[in-house]
Amino acid sequence: MIVPALAFYVFAAIAIVSGAMVVSARNPVHSVLFLILAFFNAAGLFVLMGAEFLAMILVVVYVGAVAVMFMFVVMMLDINFAELRQGFLRYLPIGGVIGLILLVELLIILGGWQLSPIASSTATVAITPPVSEVNNTQALGQLLYTHYIYLFQAAGVILLIAMIGAIVLTHRRRPGVRRQNIGRQIARRPADSIEIRKIPTGKGL
Amino acid sequence: MLSIGLAHYLWVAAILFAIGIFGIFLNRKNIIVILMSIELMLLAVNINLVAFSMHLNNLIGQIFAMFVLTVAAAEAAIGLAILVVYFRIRGTIAVEDINTMRG
Repeated sequence: MIVPALAFYVFAAIAIVSGAMVVSARNPVHSVLFLILAFFNAAGLFVLMGAEFLAMILVVVYVGAVAVMFMFVVMMLDINFAELRQGFLRYLPIGGVIGLILLVELLIILGGWQLSPIASSTATVAITPPVSEVNNTQALGQLLYTHYIYLFQAAGVILLIAMIGAIVLTHRRRPGVRRQNIGRQIARRPADSIEIRKIPTGKGL
Repeated sequence: MLSIGLAHYLWVAAILFAIGIFGIFLNRKNIIVILMSIELMLLAVNINLVAFSMHLNNLIGQIFAMFVLTVAAAEAAIGLAILVVYFRIRGTIAVEDINTMRG
């Protein structure tokens, strides 16, 4: 009883603190590293909730791909970050006020909120099978590849479009680069490329 | 205090979401940190979805969280690609200069 509670508080505290560090760190590289820490701790929370597959996906996709991409961009672009931080203190009050208002509103809702009694009975297809029979990954797969197969394919198409879009956007066609064109090389014939002329003695062309 | 229920996870998600909003306002000039704040907000949404999925014993929440994850990854890729192209053209990533694109 006490171990999951302790684990929850540790994961939640580290996730929140590192989330706060993401937005307030002076150096964006540190921001990315704190983002990775926040994702790891959120994955821990997911494990506590029994969503093991999503926890692993979170680590693989976010830490392995998205955060590394952020890291690439932060370190690849030569950006003057000190200049970008100039308005930091000017925006602090308004940002703090808006963030606080939103947080208070959310917490008020959380305080006076009750689950409708019919909410848990509306689940028809997606009732979580008991863990003793089917583990989380298997249950998700059984649902995803049957009832949600079209949405699953649509998600794949979205990823494909994003990939093509990113490649098209960042691909740079540099002028003046000499490349080998094998087709043109093979199609070249002696008649096109060699010209034989008779040069009279002492005159030149 | 010691029994962790739905409300605890919703608290964590609410705080993370507010931090994300706060970060967008705080780093008005640095679009990389804005993108990271958006990722934090999406993470908070995912925590909400999974918490309800656990509480209602309904797997749809986890499946939807997976789709949110997919869209978040696509969004990060496209956003960073646009950022790289913008940096190549302008030599800076200050968000305030982007309004020069207005007609």
